[in-house]
Amino acid sequence: MRKELQVAALENGTAIDHIPTAAVFNVVTLLQLQKLNNRITIGNNLKSSKMGAKGIIKVSDKYFREDEINRIALVAPNVNLNIIKNFDVVDKKKVVLPDEIIEIVRCNNPKCITNNEPMKTRFHVIDKEKVELQCHYCELKIKKEEVVLI
Amino acid sequence: MSPKSLVNIGDYSKEDIYRILRAASLFKQNPNRDLLKGRVCATLFFEPSTRTRLSFETAVNRLRGRIIGFSDAATSSSTKGESLKDTIMMVSNYADIIIMRHHLEGSARYASEISPVPVINAGDGSNQHPTQTMLDLFTIYETQGTLNNLTITIVGDLKYGRAVHSLIQGLSHFNPTFNFVAPEELNIPDKYKAFCNNNNIKYREFTDFSPESINNADILYMTRVQKERFTDLMEYEKVKNVYVLHNDMLEESKENLKVLHPLPRVKEINQDVDDNPKAYYFQQAKNGMYTRQAVICDLMGIAVK
Repeated sequence: MRKELQVAALENGTAIDHIPTAAVFNVVTLLQLQKLNNRITIGNNLKSSKMGAKGIIKVSDKYFREDEINRIALVAPNVNLNIIKNFDVVDKKKVVLPDEIIEIVRCNNPKCITNNEPMKTRFHVIDKEKVELQCHYCELKIKKEEVVLI
Repeated sequence: MSPKSLVNIGDYSKEDIYRILRAASLFKQNPNRDLLKGRVCATLFFEPSTRTRLSFETAVNRLRGRIIGFSDAATSSSTKGESLKDTIMMVSNYADIIIMRHHLEGSARYASEISPVPVINAGDGSNQHPTQTMLDLFTIYETQGTLNNLTITIVGDLKYGRAVHSLIQGLSHFNPTFNFVAPEELNIPDKYKAFCNNNNIKYREFTDFSPESINNADILYMTRVQKERFTDLMEYEKVKNVYVLHNDMLEESKENLKVLHPLPRVKEINQDVDDNPKAYYFQQAKNGMYTRQAVICDLMGIAVK
């Protein structure tokens, strides 16, 4: 049987592969893809030998900065980024959780100043492996499964 | 360089703490000085706290500084919906330093980031109250002659007690040994046990307030067990009289022992302890004023001699 690509190939741009299916639309938001005019293909619930099911996002003619791409590390830490030029993969990247997360996560403490004042949230990543965050302001520690995106 | 604001006791190094304690002992010898003459200090109490506010304001008054501010958010424009940022920006136009208490956690950190003048955190919700810790450290230093290698027994509400958590943090530089005495429901949280383990701090846990937990201590730090902290009121009824200090319990205690309490006290120290020379909580409260004088001058870059 002929192996077909599940999502059309990219000539130039970035292909984000192996996104957990539940995180695909979070990735869209975190990368602000809704604001782009580039051609974007989003595939979800595709077959994956590694994951069972996965999502893929392909963005034409767009190469993300590292700080942009690292925003998705919280929801999809194991994605692969393929940088494509002229239909060839010229570079592969992994996402890395940054030391600080600004404006992405909401603090779970209702009495935290960040939930009561028009300001950016700010978290320190205190454990990169287990993904544990600490609010810079109220000092609340937040575990991976408790993370709520803004 | 010394820190620009005092938000969290953890922001202060061992050297910073010693520098404050040295200045505080000079203020204790003579608290009435002209060091803040011509300066304006703002006390912004978005949440009322008469005890803390009076201590700060007396500290400033004895240094001949002037005070502006409010003692209750009801009299500030935050009731009109003004943001904390706008209040801080406005007040920093007028004052040389801001002392603030706020019910929201992290408010003092945020204020210190936006304010062009130093900010002292006088309590942000249940998060931090660093001048309480500083005065506790000063009192321990004053009564023991050192901060190093002491055994500190902490009794009462170790789960929610803000003063307790900060004290553990503040003493962490000085190789302490802790006895934690608390009912099951108000046990020391795991994160503070982890903090002790990570910093090689020795501790033991007790659920009964036994002679064993008192007799080897240099400092007995009592706190209030509050009824509203209990989910199970039966549990409260069971323990409410267990964590109470009576004078006869001090009979076998060390000669140098001092009993401290962040106050207000309710029943956890029986009044018969008050006349014991080991009772030191009222002097401790008074030390708050000297310590706050030291913190204010330090943040304003004023040398104390």
